[in-house]
This record gives sequence, structure tokens and C-alpha cells, in this order.
Amino acid sequence: MAQKTTFDPRWGAGPILARGGVSCVADPENRVTTPDAQQEVAVKELHRRARLRLLRMHYESGVGHLGGNLSALDLLLTLHHRVMGKDDLFVLSKGHAAGALYVTLWSLGRLSDEELVQFHKDHTRLVGHPQADAIPDIVFATGSLGHGLGLSAGLGLGKRLRGQPGRVFCLMSDGEWNEGSTWESLIFVAHHGLAAVVPIIDLNGLQGFGTTTEVADLGCLADKLRGFGLEVREIDGHDPEAIRDALSVEMPVRPMAVVARTVKGHGVSFMENRMEWHYLPMSAEQYAQAVEEAKRR
Amino acid sequence: MRTILAAALVRRCEDKDFAFLTGDLGFMALEPVRAAAGARFINAGVAEQNMVSVAAGMARLGFRPWVYSIAPFIYARAFEQIRNDVCFHKLPVFLVGNGGGYAYGVMGATHHALQDYGALLGLPNLKVYVPAFAADVPVAAERIARAGGPAYFRLGSDETPKNFVLPAYASWRRLLVGGGPTLIIVGPLAGGILGAAMQRPTEIRPTLWVLSELPVLADEIPAALVEDIQRSGHLVVVEEHVAEGGAGQALAYALLLRGAAPQHFSHRHALGYPSGFYGSQNYHRKECGLDPQSILALTEKP
Ligand SMILES: Cc1ncc(C[n+]2csc(CCOP(=O)(O)OP(=O)(O)O)c2C)c(N)n1
Ligand SMILES: [Mg+2]
Repeated sequence: MAQKTTFDPRWGAGPILARGGVSCVADPENRVTTPDAQQEVAVKELHRRARLRLLRMHYESGVGHLGGNLSALDLLLTLHHRVMGKDDLFVLSKGHAAGALYVTLWSLGRLSDEELVQFHKDHTRLVGHPQADAIPDIVFATGSLGHGLGLSAGLGLGKRLRGQPGRVFCLMSDGEWNEGSTWESLIFVAHHGLAAVVPIIDLNGLQGFGTTTEVADLGCLADKLRGFGLEVREIDGHDPEAIRDALSVEMPVRPMAVVARTVKGHGVSFMENRMEWHYLPMSAEQYAQAVEEAKRR
Repeated sequence: MRTILAAALVRRCEDKDFAFLTGDLGFMALEPVRAAAGARFINAGVAEQNMVSVAAGMARLGFRPWVYSIAPFIYARAFEQIRNDVCFHKLPVFLVGNGGGYAYGVMGATHHALQDYGALLGLPNLKVYVPAFAADVPVAAERIARAGGPAYFRLGSDETPKNFVLPAYASWRRLLVGGGPTLIIVGPLAGGILGAAMQRPTEIRPTLWVLSELPVLADEIPAALVEDIQRSGHLVVVEEHVAEGGAGQALAYALLLRGAAPQHFSHRHALGYPSGFYGSQNYHRKECGLDPQSILALTEKP
């Protein structure tokens, strides 16, 4: 991507753990191997910086959708900085978390700070839901729920037929499991044993107009996935080490899924587990409080 | 037409980018493709939405998948996947809808595709191919593959008249010249009408054109067709598709843009199920005045 990359001086410069290579992911060669304690600090700082940038971007652009972005941010950061290699692909099935993906790409040096300022504005590449062919790192336009797993299955099948290495990570929401097409894709992934395809489910328990339990209760989604023959790892979706451990495996024999328990609006007390933060933009006071809380983390 | 397509696609199997997905259909037709394509033949099951997304994913990696089902199940069931996953990304995914129009006859309305190309033509980057004769199918398939963008291939049944020497496949072809109106027919419906018109005296029979590629663009209408329309003063458009979004409306619009509006314009198209009764493809065609006799009665009206 021939594009100037700059960083917001307020939050430090560049990706902390690694710098993106030709793809949107951290180059394993360049990965900083630091002692555990130092690494932990660096991870924390990365997540803190990204959360602040996400809040600022949404605040400055007057945009809502924060809840699902905050629930997905730790997953996106860990995946892109510490899991994915150059052969891996990523599909954001829950397209309304575009903001968190843009900030993740920013943290990798793949999007500039000026560009983030354009989020949701006129004449922008950074649309509310990822646009087709606007940003090289984003393989598919999404935003209509229930497409991502099928797209990932096609990428995974294509890789297998070509004998290409790498996995396809697909970040999904829990509300998306209301969609019939998602189940079609699950059946396909399981039947074809597409172990390269890794659905990661942001299980925050809230959807568009109610809780997942109220709207269309699936009981234990992990058990449902196991019933289809997937190996399921259930983790805390805000624990970077747990996320990395769950995803950093050799190619499994059978398809796996990661069910990540998350909190919608994570990290901002007044947003946590509240449906309205799927929609509302922040007021100046709310933003100030959100920043205070995010800084303290 | 689909067995001919299968044979044509078997020849494409050598291409490493070839792939074929079916929505659990193709018995007694697709077996040769399955045998030739090996792992690149995928029965995606009765799951058309996923099938189209999977095809888009494969196309992103450089494959050029053909995606097969009965026409209504491919275009209507997976419409959003076609729009978002395929067309937005301009991917080489070639949708094959077998049995356009009333082709599935007494199977009933759920199996008919009367709104297919009208619905699809509003999508960005997508082209529609409606071969009229069996001999068109391999050539059209080649053009689809070469164009390399999203495509919808609407297949029907062949009614090529005996003893008629077909000109090679093209988007526009003039098949017959006569002293009557200018008649434009979309796709396989042309066969039967051509057969009947050939029997008529030259002075009264229509000048018959067949249209096989959509959308109709004003500047791609052949000059010879514009001349025919001007000379005859009466244009008749015939298609097995509803009026809304069909080729008739598109042609009227394109000719207006071109400054070549016909003096008289008639449009025969699918009407749905006016009597509320169902039957063969020919039964429905007749009910809509799409059968050869009705069309000739219209073109030979004094
Ligand atoms: C097919 C489709 N239907 C409806 C919507 C509108 N919509 C956007 S997000 C959402 C639900 C949000 O809940 P969830 O999917 O669980 O996402 P998350 O909680 O992770 O934000 C809905 C209904 C959509 N984007 N796509
Ligand atoms: Mg949710």
C-alpha cells in the first residue's frame, strides 16, 4: 500500500509489538521478543492506546456503534498483532465493528492518523461498514450480517485447493447466529473439514434490539458448534494471553471455533452491557469520562 | 442447453482456476463436469446463499467459479450474496440459472424465473447472457469466462428450427428479414417464433432479431437494427420475463436516448398466471401471447 503512515503523537508512535509488513499482519520475523513482564506491559499499552484512539475516532466523527467495537477490540488487536502471519487472511463478518478494525490497522501502521480522522465523513474510505476494494487489507466488504463465514469458507477452500498455507480468521457476532446463512456456512465448513477457517465469536450477549437470550435463545452456542463437529475453545475475549493461546495453534485436524466471552462496551463503565451503546454517539462529558476510564486501564 | 454447457465446461476443467459449485442439482447433466473437475466440483448442498459466498471467497483467491442451480434459486435466494459478495467486488463468479422464464412449466411458480434479469441488472458490474439456441451455449460460455466479471447465464430449452443456418453467437443477431415489423426476441423464445415466421411470405413476415446479452446499452444497439426499426416503423419486443425491468423497457429507453424511438412500439412479456391455472411452459407462453401464433398474429396485423 503506497500510503504515508503517520501516528498520533499523543498516543505514541507506531505498532508497539510489531510493524506490519506487506500484509496487514505483524511480520513474525520482526516480532519483538521481550521478556514476559515487558511484553505484558507492551500489550497493555497497545490495547490502551487503541481503545483511546477508537473512542476519539468515534467521538470526533459523532458515531455510535461503540458497544460492539469495544467488545471486539481486544480480539482484533491480539489476532492481528500476535497471531496472524503473512499467509493468513481476515474477514470481519460483524462489519459494524469496522471502527475497531480501522484502529487495529492503524496500530499496525496500515492506516494513517489523518485517515482515521476521515472516519464516517464525506469522501472517505473509512465507511461505517468496510467498503469493497477501498483498503487493500480488507478482503471483503461486509455489513450485512451472515456473510462472513461463507466468504471465509470460500477463502479456506480456495487455499486448500491451491495448496496454499495460512488460515482464515473470521470475526463474528453472536447476533449473527440468527442468520440462516451462517448455519449454512457452518455446515459447509464442518462437512468439508475446513480447518483453515477459524470462526471467532464475539459472545457479548446483546444484539440489535434485545439480549440474545430474549431474541432467539440458542442456549450454549459452544455446545451447538461442538454438535456440528467443531473443536471449540471458550475464552475470555478480553484476555490477550487467552486469545493468543486459543488461536496460536498449528493447523488443527478438524475445524475449530473460538467462543470469546465479551462485554459489549467493554472498558467504559457506563457503556458496558447496555444496548443503547450499539447506537449512540458520545456527548462531550461522556467522552471525557470514557477517556479517563480507558487511560486508567 | 445444460448438457451442452456441461460439455463446454468439461473442456475448461484444465484451467487451474476453474471451479464448479452446484446447489444440489444437475442429475443426468453435470456428471461429466464432476468427473473432470475432481475436487474443484463442489456440491454445496441446498444452501444457495452460502454457495455464492463460498464462490466469492474462491474468486478472491483467483478461482473463476461457475455456480449452478435452477434459475429462481440462484438469483432470488442468494440475491444479497450476489450483490455484496460478488458484484461489489467485481469478482469472476459465473452464475448459471437453468430454466429461465416458465421453463419448469407445471412444476409451478416457485420454479419459474420471470423477474430474474430485471432484478439482477440493477447490480453493479453484472452482465446477463441469454443464449437463444443450443449452439450458442459454448460460445457464450467462452465470452463469459473471457469477460471475467460477474455474470448470470440464463439457460432455457433449445428450439432451433430445422434447416435454419444459424449465424454465430453474438449479443445481437438478425435472423430473418421481411416486410413486416421489426421483432426483437430475447433468448430461447426466438426458436419457435423463428420457425413459424420462416414459413410466412417474405412481404409480411417480421424482420427478426435475437438479443442475447443484457443490459441493453444505447450505443451498443447495432446501426442495422436502428435502420430496420426506422424503415418498418413498428418495433415489437418479446421476452419471457415480466415487463418490469425487462428488455422491452430497456430497449424503449435506449432507443429514446439514441434518438431513434419507433413510431409504434409493442411489448409481449410474461404476465404471471392470469388464469390462476398452471401448465407446461407452452401453456404459460400461450396464456401471455408469447406463442408463435400469437406473435405472428401481432406482427401481421394490418
Ligand atoms: C442482515 C442484517 N440484518 C440486520 C442488520 C442490522 N444490525 C446491525 S448490528 C445488529 C445486531 C448487533 O448485535 P450483534 O450481531 O450481536 O453484534 P455485536 O453485539 O457484536 O455488536 C443488527 C441487527 C445487519 N447489519 N445485517
Ligand atoms: Mg452481540
